Amino acid sequence: MTLSVNTLFFASYRDLVGASMLAVELSEGATVGDLVEELRGRGAPFDALPVEPAVAVNQTYALLDEPLGPGDEVAFIPPVAGG
Amino acid sequence: MPARVVHCSVGPQVIDPVDVLARVGSEEDGAALLFVGVVRNHADGRPVSGMRYDAYEEMARKELAAIAQEAAERLGTDRVAVEHRTGELSIGEVSVAIAVSSPHRAESFDATRYVIEEIKKRLPVWKKEHYEDGSDGWVEGTVPPGTGRGVLATPDAEVDG
Repeated sequence: MTLSVNTLFFASYRDLVGASMLAVELSEGATVGDLVEELRGRGAPFDALPVEPAVAVNQTYALLDEPLGPGDEVAFIPPVAGG
Repeated sequence: MPARVVHCSVGPQVIDPVDVLARVGSEEDGAALLFVGVVRNHADGRPVSGMRYDAYEEMARKELAAIAQEAAERLGTDRVAVEHRTGELSIGEVSVAIAVSSPHRAESFDATRYVIEEIKKRLPVWKKEHYEDGSDGWVEGTVPPGTGRGVLATPDAEVDG
């Protein structure tokens, strides 16, 4: 069984990856950390993403051990600079 | 007196600080405070010609509302209104406006400070500076608390980490 999540990239991460959105297939039971590993394992340019990035799952900040579900929206959040 | 967030927005619409201020205040409030963040013409000694603000807008709206609610509840204010702008801004344009009212001044000062500091720590917004020489660059930001370290996986970062 697999699950599909939608990953979002913003600002400097979007420039780095060259896309703002990417669907990723993961094994059932995968966590945010597994998603990061899967992407970084693809090599350039994804391997330049942080090993421990700030992420938000369904628009709430989440840690790397957060389990993912089908259709989750996972945003990679570069260091923020509002104001 | 129930604390409440009377207004909260994140988007490309031009901010009118007077309008934001006009949203707070009541007959119970003896103080109203307005903070305005403005695009300035220099950064670390380099002349800046403009700024682009990008946001994860849906999340930023929720996060900004949460910040304003925390300020209202924890710091004993009456009303809080806040707007953050996105898109291309010129020098002197308003990027953020925060208005707070409370029966006494201390709560308004504390809450206004809280909202701007939390925006800088946690609001999913990024800015790209346009420099006078035609180049541009993302402003170095802050890793939101309680998340990963967000350090790009350059060889140097791995040695440090």
